[in-house]
Amino acid sequence: MLDYDTKVVAGVTPGKGGTTVEGVPVFDSCFEAVDRTDATASILFVPAPFAKDAAIEAIEAGVELLVMITERIPFHDCLDVMTYARAKGCRVIGPNCPGLISPGKAKAGIMPSHIFREGDVGVISRSGTLTYEIVNAITQAGFGQSTCLGIGGDPVIGTSMPEALELLSKDRQTKRIVVVGEIGGTTEEETAKRARRIRKPVYAYIAGRTAPPGKRMGHAGAIISAGMGTAESKVKAFAAAGVPVAEFPAGIATLLAAG
Amino acid sequence: MKFYEYKAHEIFRKYGIPVPRGLLAAKPEDLVDAPLPCAVKAQVLIGGRGKAGGIKFAKTASEAQEAARQILSMSIGPYTVKQVYAQEMLDIAQELYLSITIDRSARAPLLIASATGGIEIESVPAKKILRVHIPPLVGIEPYVLRALAKALALPKEVASQVSDIAAKMYALFEGEDAELVEINPLAVLKDGRVVAGDAKLVVDDNAEYRHKEYADLPQDRTPLEEEAHEKGITFIQLDGDIGVIANGAGLTMATLDVLNLKGGRGGTFLDLGGTDDPEKVKQAFEILLKAKPSVILLNIFGGITKADTVAVGVKQALEDPAGHRPSRGHVGGRRRIGGEGPCGGRVTCLSFSMGRRSSWCRGSRATRDSSTPARCSTTTRRSSPV
Repeated sequence: MLDYDTKVVAGVTPGKGGTTVEGVPVFDSCFEAVDRTDATASILFVPAPFAKDAAIEAIEAGVELLVMITERIPFHDCLDVMTYARAKGCRVIGPNCPGLISPGKAKAGIMPSHIFREGDVGVISRSGTLTYEIVNAITQAGFGQSTCLGIGGDPVIGTSMPEALELLSKDRQTKRIVVVGEIGGTTEEETAKRARRIRKPVYAYIAGRTAPPGKRMGHAGAIISAGMGTAESKVKAFAAAGVPVAEFPAGIATLLAAG
Repeated sequence: MKFYEYKAHEIFRKYGIPVPRGLLAAKPEDLVDAPLPCAVKAQVLIGGRGKAGGIKFAKTASEAQEAARQILSMSIGPYTVKQVYAQEMLDIAQELYLSITIDRSARAPLLIASATGGIEIESVPAKKILRVHIPPLVGIEPYVLRALAKALALPKEVASQVSDIAAKMYALFEGEDAELVEINPLAVLKDGRVVAGDAKLVVDDNAEYRHKEYADLPQDRTPLEEEAHEKGITFIQLDGDIGVIANGAGLTMATLDVLNLKGGRGGTFLDLGGTDDPEKVKQAFEILLKAKPSVILLNIFGGITKADTVAVGVKQALEDPAGHRPSRGHVGGRRRIGGEGPCGGRVTCLSFSMGRRSSWCRGSRATRDSSTPARCSTTTRRSSPV
């Protein structure tokens, strides 16, 4: 993130206060860090069993944006964190996500910077590495990105896909929006509904089209049960909203080129 | 985590939710003291056991033992029945539905109730179903229970028992990190008591570390999936012959989709996750090789995952002489680390490209088997860009 000129002003690790990493001061608590540096955002890498504690501490310390990278956090912990964050007016991205990047400006995440290029395509995705695959294809096709939001693959996340769509629809740099969804849950269906009211063109890709029903594919979110959350229902919802759906990840670039 | 019926009953009982009397048996003789009359039920983790003949009714102890003898020798789906649960028959006057699950969109637990229970809740008309969110951090306040009592329109004595059960279900939902707590039917008996006629419980896998007591419970996994789970590797066996290994659930699914849509058949879902620890990669490959794929497709797109350390693990796994013959495996990249290696005639081609390039490589086996080019790329920056 430092390489990307993100203004990283502080690190927090209990017990490591007073040290520095790559010239950045480390503090024992978020409170000290915010107090001394006026940090407004926090990115969290704390292991799952301690993530709730760290998240609530950051929210209490007054950050406005909290990016949770950590995977495998029990969703009951996330229910508490998201409810608390909302009450305190803190925007949460993730967990189980690569974070966010506005190419050429800043990044609060773990994505490989070199595949991104500044441009006008907004990207929203439930998956990390699949986003890299698609962004890479977009960049290689000659397009750039305004902001890419990895919203996370868990059942309980801070910023949902429809909310992210709403945010990008209001962003002046973003002219077109790519949503990368997957099987499980109904967030793509809700996003499709929201996409109807948005003036900017929206394109979609859904992972898990050929996944057998009932099998849980890693992400806590990616499970099909009782006819809900199937790839078919998502593709149908997008089609009904006039959102073209790519069959293959690289197909997103083809759709952008055609549109 | 899923639970056998008897285990779910045990946990419900722990939270004070009334469940029918029951007896677990691994052999027919264990049912000498079965509660009578009873239903003898196969203990399996998949649905459809009733249709498969896995539930039989008994009026006497000898009938119960005979039922157990029949059920214990059968297979349901891929599973051999190892235990039966003899559960007391209930004298039911009315069947209700009650569950607590997670509503992802609302980011809150959702209480679902209906006066029409005993059947699939999906088939009950929406206006006959009560749906109330339970605010996280606050919990189940009396207003939720008042709404429940009103919606179900039950006599006072019954309503108070149902409310009590709902409150206890929420305690269980929170206390056990549950994704789903479901009672269907919630039985109102002719004597006025309310009892959970069935108990369904699914617990969040990510919370396993908080519930060590469940770690050894059998799950709906193949032996190889079980081995992978013990090593902390996300691995699912599928029907096809192409071993797929990637990082991230979305990318792994998308890789399988591309294969399948192009006419191949993915045989494994192996998600390396965020690891580039060579030892972990090696273990993952060993699991994959045990699934006997005809060819392996590796697709790693790293953010903070380093290509070269992933490659070290792949190399180690493929060099292990145990069980496979040499063939033309190839691991290359900016730092060339592979070359001709022993990879059991299974790995057609592995090519690591570092930096901006990604390479497409056409392997003979892959082409023949799946009519799709096998792409094995690792794209990452050598140093962590964080």
